Amino acid sequence: MAYTFDFGQVVSGEYGQWLVSGLVTTLHISAVSIVLSLALGTVVAVMRLSKVRPLVWASALFTEFFRNTPLLVQIFFWYFGSYSVLPTVVNEWLYRRDFEFACGVIALTVYTAAFIAEEIRSGIFSIPKNQLEASRACGLSFLQAMAYVILPQAFRVIIPPLISQFLNLLKNSSLVMTIGVMDLTYMARQIEAHTFHGLEAFTVSTLMYLAISLIVSFAVNVYNRRVLHVRSR
Amino acid sequence: MHWDVVFRNFDYFLIGAYPQGPLGGLAMTVILAVGGIFGAFWLGLGCGLMRISARRRLRWPAMAYIEIIRGTPLLMVVFWFYFLAPVLLGHTLPEAESALVALIVFTSAYIAEIVRAGVEALPKGQMEAARGTGLSHFQAMTHVVLPQALFNMVPSFVNQFVSLTKDTSLAFIIGVNELTKAATQINNRTLNAPTEIFITIALLYFVICYCLTELSRRLEKRINRYQARNR
Repeated sequence: MAYTFDFGQVVSGEYGQWLVSGLVTTLHISAVSIVLSLALGTVVAVMRLSKVRPLVWASALFTEFFRNTPLLVQIFFWYFGSYSVLPTVVNEWLYRRDFEFACGVIALTVYTAAFIAEEIRSGIFSIPKNQLEASRACGLSFLQAMAYVILPQAFRVIIPPLISQFLNLLKNSSLVMTIGVMDLTYMARQIEAHTFHGLEAFTVSTLMYLAISLIVSFAVNVYNRRVLHVRSR
Repeated sequence: MHWDVVFRNFDYFLIGAYPQGPLGGLAMTVILAVGGIFGAFWLGLGCGLMRISARRRLRWPAMAYIEIIRGTPLLMVVFWFYFLAPVLLGHTLPEAESALVALIVFTSAYIAEIVRAGVEALPKGQMEAARGTGLSHFQAMTHVVLPQALFNMVPSFVNQFVSLTKDTSLAFIIGVNELTKAATQINNRTLNAPTEIFITIALLYFVICYCLTELSRRLEKRINRYQARNR
């Protein structure tokens, strides 16, 4: 089968705008999920390190379960099955908004938070134990010691692995196309369906993902060298 | 709750319509994952060794391949192979084959990085001593460095296998009959029990992946005892 590449059709005009709006949606859903998953992941990590047994178990269950099930299944679960799990108030609130987008955000947030919680936990472990003991001795409560002493130090070390988790989130966000969020991958697929020039659309969208990934990993390498003084080989 | 929907269709989740129809469900997921890790191991091993080679013409293509694949979402790779196959081969590839190729190509980039890290983590003295006894670089690699490095890498391989098992769910998007597809089919047919269906298949995936994760943790503890280290 002869196939002639025609990039002009894909990068300009209406289809070009589709790709750009897809990119914007991808960045939007990723940004929202990054902020939420960082918050949730921190809470889960601190819960895991607390001395309260039920909190420890709940957080261990959370990380193990959500790390060991496919994101796609989780997306479908929130999309099709959340109505019987979430309270009615929350559901109605979600239905009034962009429901697909909200489900995508929930799935991405919960999935990534499980990974982030482990990163943060290992970051906290890398801080010497006497830091916590000293701050407890100064009269800070466990949460205060975490918030003012331990976490600020831990975050400095775990910024690189955290950012690689965020990049994973950005790449994983392509899965939300399955429930109809019009992200970059959805748009590429859409252009394929309209023009039969899928390969060009996939090339352009792959390059967009790739550009973001490469720029961010370059920045992380610079951070590693300048701030943490780790030499990458 | 309508758990009876799950019980009635449980065999469909496990093996699809087999033996009356095509194999599907969890069995297909396992086939994709095992086939994928087997292919990705060899491709990734070759690619990882190229990546640490001293020759630029070997190192650079491997580097480009690894960076490009690792910066691209798996779904994109799956689409690439699905839509590229007819152009390259002149006829369409069955969905399962096309998904398998995409999974192998995607995973091998990550395996290559594991191989690189494993070989680089071995003390330099191992290679130097092997060369010192008169082995060629290739012999030293295959008889001294790789056996140790690969052994140390086993937990990372198992972790990658867990990721791959989860990633096989993406094959559903191009229409492969695996566990996620089985779930959506049953869901579309019954319509009244989505929560139960998706919880069930999440648990099926979880059982497999959690056992493997646990295995990798145990192996890691055991292997740490026998590692050659820089002293």
